[in-house]
Amino acid sequence: MSEERKVALVTGATRGIGRAIAEQLADAGLFVVGTATSEKGAATIAEYLGERGTGVVMDVADDASVADTVKHIGEAHGAPLVLVNNAGITRDNIMLRMKADEWADVINTNLNSLYRVSKACLKGMTKARWGRIINISSVVGTMGNAGQANYAAAKGGVEGFTRALARELGSRNITVNAVAPGFIQTDMTDALPEAQREALLSGIPLGRLGAPAEVASAVNWLASDGGGYVTGTTVHVNGGMFTG
Amino acid sequence: MSSIEERVQKIIVEQLGVKPEDVKSEASFVEDLGADSLDTVELVMALEEEFETEIPDEEAEKISTVQAAVDYIKAHS
Repeated sequence: MSEERKVALVTGATRGIGRAIAEQLADAGLFVVGTATSEKGAATIAEYLGERGTGVVMDVADDASVADTVKHIGEAHGAPLVLVNNAGITRDNIMLRMKADEWADVINTNLNSLYRVSKACLKGMTKARWGRIINISSVVGTMGNAGQANYAAAKGGVEGFTRALARELGSRNITVNAVAPGFIQTDMTDALPEAQREALLSGIPLGRLGAPAEVASAVNWLASDGGGYVTGTTVHVNGGMFTG
Repeated sequence: MSSIEERVQKIIVEQLGVKPEDVKSEASFVEDLGADSLDTVELVMALEEEFETEIPDEEAEKISTVQAAVDYIKAHS
């Protein structure tokens, strides 16, 4: 075990994009701690990471769970200097039908979580005078999407948070960026109805869904030394469906 | 063993990059010693480490002068 080995914390790492990110960061030589909301998920993460990391149970929507878990990670493995805020949920509904808890759950898990987890990791990064925070946004945060007012609001918030924090922490050599995936082949997009899927593909110049690994490689670059002069920006990984 | 005053002064000199003679007890970190808001948070983190204590956020916000830091440490050690 090298003293120099950096610890990365990836939230929501059981499957999909989070898993691909955790695997690529581990391949890059970081010790990766992936979080899941269940013991079973944490065991899955520990299994696929093997010696290169571990899985822990943490609920990004819960203050105490985040504070306790980040403290424990610091004691057991060292303070995380790379943080990937990936955990997210959807509760899609048209506005006229959207329940208050569908709104609140998405904002809490996808946006308020960034306040909790980032704050908990900042002391360690400030002390180290080195840090990387990478927030997983969505193309929906800039384009909008019918039936996802809650999700779009949260993701738009994620990108504003990213820009503000980048300005706040630049003097401490901590970079803060967002990666905004388009439609990526995951359980989340598998749940889309076929008609909606067809309509989606017609709006993607590359004519296919993205792979989780294609999002992870953008995250991996931002986390690497080579990505060190990039901060406060959003990297779009969307097959051309939104081009700014 | 150095006094609490001396240990606090040393940390302030290290964290803020100021001269020891400028660290007077009435000196304010922001107004007199040129600290920005992030510097003051880091200073509190360094004090926590030196004195092996945890300073809650609402207390940390009140530590704005050299004397306030010394007083806090004395009251909590």
